[in-house]
Amino acid sequence: MASFTTLTSRVLPLLVNDIDTDQIIPARFLKAIDKLGLSEGLFYDWRYNADGSPKRDFILNKPEAKGAQILLAGDNFGCGSSREHAPWALMGFGFRAVISTSFADIFCNNALKNGLLPIIVSAQGHNELRELVENTPSAQLTIDLAAQTVKLPDGTSFQFPIDGFSKACLLNGVDELGYILRFEDNITAYETLHR
Amino acid sequence: MKPQTLFEKVWNEHIVAQEPESPAVLYIDLHLIHEVTSPQAFSGLRRRRLKVRRPDKTVATVDHSVPTRDVSLPIRDPLAAKQIAQLEENAREFGVRLYGMNSPRRGIVHVIGPELGLTQPGMTIVCGDSHTSTHGAFGALAFGIGTSEVEHVLATQCLLQRKPKTCEVRVDGKLSPGVTAKDVILALLANIGIGGGTGHVFEYTGSAIRALTMEQRMTICNMSIEGGARAGMIAPDDATFEFIAGKEFAPKDEAWDAALHRWKNLPSGEGAYYDKTIMLNASEIAPMITYGTNPGMGIPVTSNVPDPDRFTDASQKLALRKALEYMDLRPGQPLIGHPIDVVFIGSCTNSRISDLRLAASLLKDRKVAPNIRVLIVPGSQDVKIQSEAEGLDKIFKAAGAEWREAGCSMCIAMNGDELQPGQYAVSTSNRNFEGRQGKGGRTFLASPLTAAAAAITGTITDVRTLISTN
Ligand code: SF4
Repeated sequence: MASFTTLTSRVLPLLVNDIDTDQIIPARFLKAIDKLGLSEGLFYDWRYNADGSPKRDFILNKPEAKGAQILLAGDNFGCGSSREHAPWALMGFGFRAVISTSFADIFCNNALKNGLLPIIVSAQGHNELRELVENTPSAQLTIDLAAQTVKLPDGTSFQFPIDGFSKACLLNGVDELGYILRFEDNITAYETLHR
Repeated sequence: MKPQTLFEKVWNEHIVAQEPESPAVLYIDLHLIHEVTSPQAFSGLRRRRLKVRRPDKTVATVDHSVPTRDVSLPIRDPLAAKQIAQLEENAREFGVRLYGMNSPRRGIVHVIGPELGLTQPGMTIVCGDSHTSTHGAFGALAFGIGTSEVEHVLATQCLLQRKPKTCEVRVDGKLSPGVTAKDVILALLANIGIGGGTGHVFEYTGSAIRALTMEQRMTICNMSIEGGARAGMIAPDDATFEFIAGKEFAPKDEAWDAALHRWKNLPSGEGAYYDKTIMLNASEIAPMITYGTNPGMGIPVTSNVPDPDRFTDASQKLALRKALEYMDLRPGQPLIGHPIDVVFIGSCTNSRISDLRLAASLLKDRKVAPNIRVLIVPGSQDVKIQSEAEGLDKIFKAAGAEWREAGCSMCIAMNGDELQPGQYAVSTSNRNFEGRQGKGGRTFLASPLTAAAAAITGTITDVRTLISTN
């Protein structure tokens, strides 16, 4: 897994609550047997008209989307299906962090395993960010994972929570399978006991 | 010792290791696999030169993208065919048991697990599929995982998990005629919203839950994830044991006695602590239907569509407006009498034999309304065989419905069974997200009874009006 330390980027607002993984990547794009090319399906039905032409007013189709690595989303992002294709597609598009007031559990787990940072902010912090991007669409945020801070262009910053284990994995690019494999003896002992 | 909940008992029993500040290494007793969320996990194993640690605890089937018409024909969608072929190859190479296209025991993964007796009380069960919560009906701790985690479990039979909180969902009282388990869970979701259970494991308790059959309990646990809950559980009891007894993979003879002894100790102790409690009164629940674009947007079928202006929260207002726009519904309009195009009876929520019997009880000697397409898709080939033995297929076909082979079908619209843009469906599945049943399609979630009623009238109907004239 790629490590995550700091990130400075513009923010794309997609301020809809309860964005489910069927919107992030519709099921018809799940027939892939690898992780490549999924970003083409990202928000497909919101991004394209029935004839396949892009919807001009959708945020991902606007010029400012190019190169943006942070998504600002509404509450309860990533609910619904467990498809890991959702973080794969987001990362394929270039996102490295999603900011919301809350995330669905499975999405959050999946994101962390791929180096996509879910950042939980308070409703107040969310409002401030919303105002910031509305007033200054080009505003850049700096995320510092070690310090657990998001810094705004005016120099103010706020903290975000993340559990220590996930943080260490992200900072060091450690993948969880490697961690579990270290417990080989415990697993064997467990299996012997519960035969 | 402090009394423990059902969840805590199962959780504690499965901890292999736990380092401070770290998630637990949790042992997994049963790993279910399907074609859509597993290919990248097997590729990962190959890349790392790892084996499947316990093929004997791993079971695969094909369900999401399988055709439900004539399965003797080759699969027309080349991508679906490739994905299915890939699972066949992975199963062969890694020695995993597969209920493939030609197996008479194949079906939706959450239908066949219990049917085969694989799902048992006290187990930890995972699958790369959020509706794994279904298996919690047996007192198992069962939840959906992502594909990276599928790889972890294949390689180690373990999963890293943070301990969730617990929430008791207590449903007391008696269900009224025409009201089903599906209505109970839709009422709960309307009550708590789709994020209401995040971070928690639900345990459903109370007299109304105890009175349910195993299949009804599965319907409820199935949609726990729709409330954001990690899992949903119901303490095992005699109904559970009776259901499992004699199934293919159920313990036999002495092993059965030992299992029964263990299982009987699983229910939560008197006075066990839950982080949260939610109460519902079963007798107040009416047949439910959703009007919006998430499963929490549900109302009694006789109610009117809510008005976004009644909400004070700006983002809620916006969400509701957006949903009504997608559904092309007006605030305050009644749903009863709203015309529909399609009825779908199927999915891991409501495709078991009792669901089909319910639908058949209403469709018997009646006709599907003109121009309404009705798709009835059994959850497994086993359910299909049983239905045909009981003559349900004849009732459906005589009424004018399509009778299909097992699969996920129009629940997820990956196999060509899909709504056309703008069409309205009453569906017994679990998700009404935008485009879930086909791009631009509009879904009303409801019970098999309400769905069958809509099939007969061609509009959204209060099934109780049809039952009383029966
Ligand atoms: S029936 Fe629907 S919800 Fe159930 S496993 Fe299949 S696609 Fe998922």
